Amino acid sequence: MLTKFEIINNDLIVKLDGELDHHTAKTVREEIDREIDENNTKNIIFDLEGVHFMDSSGIGVVMGRYKKVQRLGGETGVINLSSRVEKIFKMSGLFNIVKKFENKKEALERL
Amino acid sequence: MVGKNHMRLEFLSKSQNESFARVVVASFAAQLDPTIEELADVKTAVSEAVTNAIIHGYEDRVANIIIECTITEDEIEIIVEDKGKGIDDIELAKEPLYTSRPELERSGMGFTVMETFMDKVDIESQKDVGTRVMMVKRFESCQK
Repeated sequence: MLTKFEIINNDLIVKLDGELDHHTAKTVREEIDREIDENNTKNIIFDLEGVHFMDSSGIGVVMGRYKKVQRLGGETGVINLSSRVEKIFKMSGLFNIVKKFENKKEALERL
Repeated sequence: MVGKNHMRLEFLSKSQNESFARVVVASFAAQLDPTIEELADVKTAVSEAVTNAIIHGYEDRVANIIIECTITEDEIEIIVEDKGKGIDDIELAKEPLYTSRPELERSGMGFTVMETFMDKVDIESQKDVGTRVMMVKRFESCQK
């Protein structure tokens, strides 16, 4: 799993590439949390275009980061979901807490 | 028509084997010529069952996980078995969002995912003996 970060005005964009399961979740979670802490992050945006597999461990990762930024008044967005990942998001009710946007620009503007 | 086929896989309960296990089962299921979506359903369900065995069955202790797959006509039966601590309350474990280990940031959606993506899911578990998750997926693409 490859994790790339971009920071725009205190918003953290996390681009994930690979398979998000229990095995990869631990490292991904640690890397994101470090970025959140070091950069005084407000909102977090997950770019999931490169995620070609995700199971319920991925739900845990997104829920955990949502809770972390929410404590400081931040919100969570997602962009570029495959139909497969979207299915998992829907099933788990993640869209009740996480907003889906068309692209990065829209996410940055509306969060 | 593929006819009857069977395979058995045994591997250590290490988290890097989660992707190995789901890819092996998907490769075996591929002989039924499923759609990409159906194959993804199987991979996701297997991933959940194996992750449960690692985290809950063995509680991160390294021991053996066994997967058995049987193909009959248009369906595959997948059994994921561990000889770990067992599930105290199966009905509770199946509830969406329930997790016995909240400290691990689990979503509690494992069984919900399995039940959504597979046509049948049965769980047998005995305290300190182990857990067997039996799942069946029928491939619509085969029903011609």
